[in-house]
Amino acid sequence: MTIDYNAKMPEKQDGTQVYNTDPLIVKSHYEIDYIHSYAQDSEFFRAMGKKKLMGSKCKKCSYTYATPRSHCMMCGAETEWYELPKEGRIHTFTTCYFGSEAFLKETPFNLIMVEFEGVDSLFMSRLIGAELEDMKVGMKVRARFKRNLEFSPTDVYFVPVEEK
Amino acid sequence: MGKLSRNVYMVSGGVTKFTKASPDMDFRLRVKKAFDYAMNDVNMELKDIDGSVASYFSDHFQRQLMSGVMVQDYLGLTPKPSRRVEGGGATGGLSFQAGVEEIASGRMDTCAVYGFESMSHVNTWKGNEFIALASDTNFDYPVGGFYTGYYAMMAARYLHEFGATVEQLAQVSVKNHKNALSNPYAQSPMNLTIQDVRNSPMVSYPLTRLDVCAMSDGAAVAILADEKRAFELSDNPVLVKGIGSGTDTMRLADRPFGKVPLLAHEKESDYKNLKYPGVHSFRAGRTAAAEAYKNAGITNPIEEIDVVELHDAYTSSEIQTYEDLGLCKYGEGANFVSEGKADLKGKVPVNPSGGLLACGHPVGATGIMQAVFVFWQLQRTIKKHFGNDKLQISNPKRGLLHSHAGTGTYVTVSIMEAVK
Ligand SMILES: CC(C)(COP(=O)(O)OP(=O)(O)OC[C@H]1O[C@@H](n2cnc3c(N)ncnc32)[C@H](O)[C@@H]1OP(=O)(O)O)[C@@H](O)C(=O)NCCC(=O)NCCS
Ligand SMILES: [Zn+2]
Repeated sequence: MTIDYNAKMPEKQDGTQVYNTDPLIVKSHYEIDYIHSYAQDSEFFRAMGKKKLMGSKCKKCSYTYATPRSHCMMCGAETEWYELPKEGRIHTFTTCYFGSEAFLKETPFNLIMVEFEGVDSLFMSRLIGAELEDMKVGMKVRARFKRNLEFSPTDVYFVPVEEK
Repeated sequence: MGKLSRNVYMVSGGVTKFTKASPDMDFRLRVKKAFDYAMNDVNMELKDIDGSVASYFSDHFQRQLMSGVMVQDYLGLTPKPSRRVEGGGATGGLSFQAGVEEIASGRMDTCAVYGFESMSHVNTWKGNEFIALASDTNFDYPVGGFYTGYYAMMAARYLHEFGATVEQLAQVSVKNHKNALSNPYAQSPMNLTIQDVRNSPMVSYPLTRLDVCAMSDGAAVAILADEKRAFELSDNPVLVKGIGSGTDTMRLADRPFGKVPLLAHEKESDYKNLKYPGVHSFRAGRTAAAEAYKNAGITNPIEEIDVVELHDAYTSSEIQTYEDLGLCKYGEGANFVSEGKADLKGKVPVNPSGGLLACGHPVGATGIMQAVFVFWQLQRTIKKHFGNDKLQISNPKRGLLHSHAGTGTYVTVSIMEAVK
């Protein structure tokens, strides 16, 4: 006999955070850790430890990508890893004064798209060492790498290059 | 790719007033309000609806999966067929077209397309995080993590490429916020000057707070029907003359530098030195326009379209979109707005409702809202639904609605035509 006619749920002391009573608005918390695989993009993240910026090149049509992808969007063939030059130019830029919650503490930050000589596509990155009024389309920039990798695309960032 | 296999009409629409937050209603009740408005306008009952399409973007905002079926259930439409369609900012446009296809295929004779988003369940900065998850999480999200930042880079390149000015961007904001003064459904009608726009806080250069749409709670409903049912239900249905859609790479970095896909009225020599789309134009928008125009038999859009509701999440996007739609040539978009061609009384009124900038952007509802506003314009019933006729364009024959997702990844263009 397992039936208990006096069964009682244990009470909790946690309570609920209430923002408003009409309508009733309460706090609902949610958090998650993902097991994120970089899969076929893994080499890009590893290479930054050797201070290399890896793009890809199509084995069939030779289209070159500054942001790697393992298959070519132009012809569908497989690509191979391809080391990018360390220097490029600003294709476009912005300074973000606001951002997503996760990045708010980093604002203001500069975002740039980098173009590399002879490479068909671009690369998105952060630029430091320059303010909004310093950044220009065509400005020469150089990749620098963090010493302690986080295995994030922010392990590489760009700084201005002095042009005489 | 060919035409729709049978005629599809829009017979009714409804929209809730978009707001930053309306916690007094949840998404189901919001859709119900818009749905009942649309149903009552043509005296339809639940038995008159064959099925539906649910249009909403994010599961994160409410932490509620399968919101679509909860709406279906709340409206009393179960056990009829329904499905969810999702494609970022273009969710509304894609869902509208999915509804059109339900009718065109002959599967349904009537279809309710309902769109909604409740973005106020998280704060604005968390909301931006959720939106930014619609960018490549290996390469883009960890670097920028901010949609306004991505569009700002596109805008900066546009300004560089074509010599446009930030004041010209601001003119879009002035125009759209002003139009919204007569739209009772709009979230933020405002009388602004170019200086007000430039002086508001910089969000991401060159885009200020007033160059960017807000987040919203809202819902919108469009009811579609085949020819027979359309004329039984309404004496003033509006024909969906043609639809088109296109896509582009998720990463801005991958956008190619090729040739412009030409519209019927353009020549290759118009764009001799233009590398396209790069990050200054939306190739998916051009692709969508080309397909829709072909199906609707439009060869010179500026002369053949009388009203446009387009996806102005950013002032820059509106200018870039004039060009994708062929309302002017690439590079002429900024002058198009500063010469007043997109004004309410201009050559072709663009966003007479106030657009996303002034109406708000509850993502899944937005594209449906555009359909409803174009529909009312073509029915010439703006006065009835807005309570005033200040925004009614005189005798519009053809309208265009344009829905657009994250940096131009999915874009839809639909053409509607007055029949009465
Ligand atoms: C431009 C932007 C940063 C401006 O933010 P904003 O709307 O001014 O946001 P705020 O958080 O400052 O909120 C404005 C007001 O709403 C209130 N508010 C914010 N969140 C709220 C919530 N969840 N519930 C109720 N009220 C809320 C704020 O208190 C504030 O009130 P106030 O004006 O009285 O001070 C923001 O709208 C944005 O990020 N837009 C981009 C959206 C986007 O990218 N969409 C996709 C495009 S495809
Ligand atoms: Zn290739």
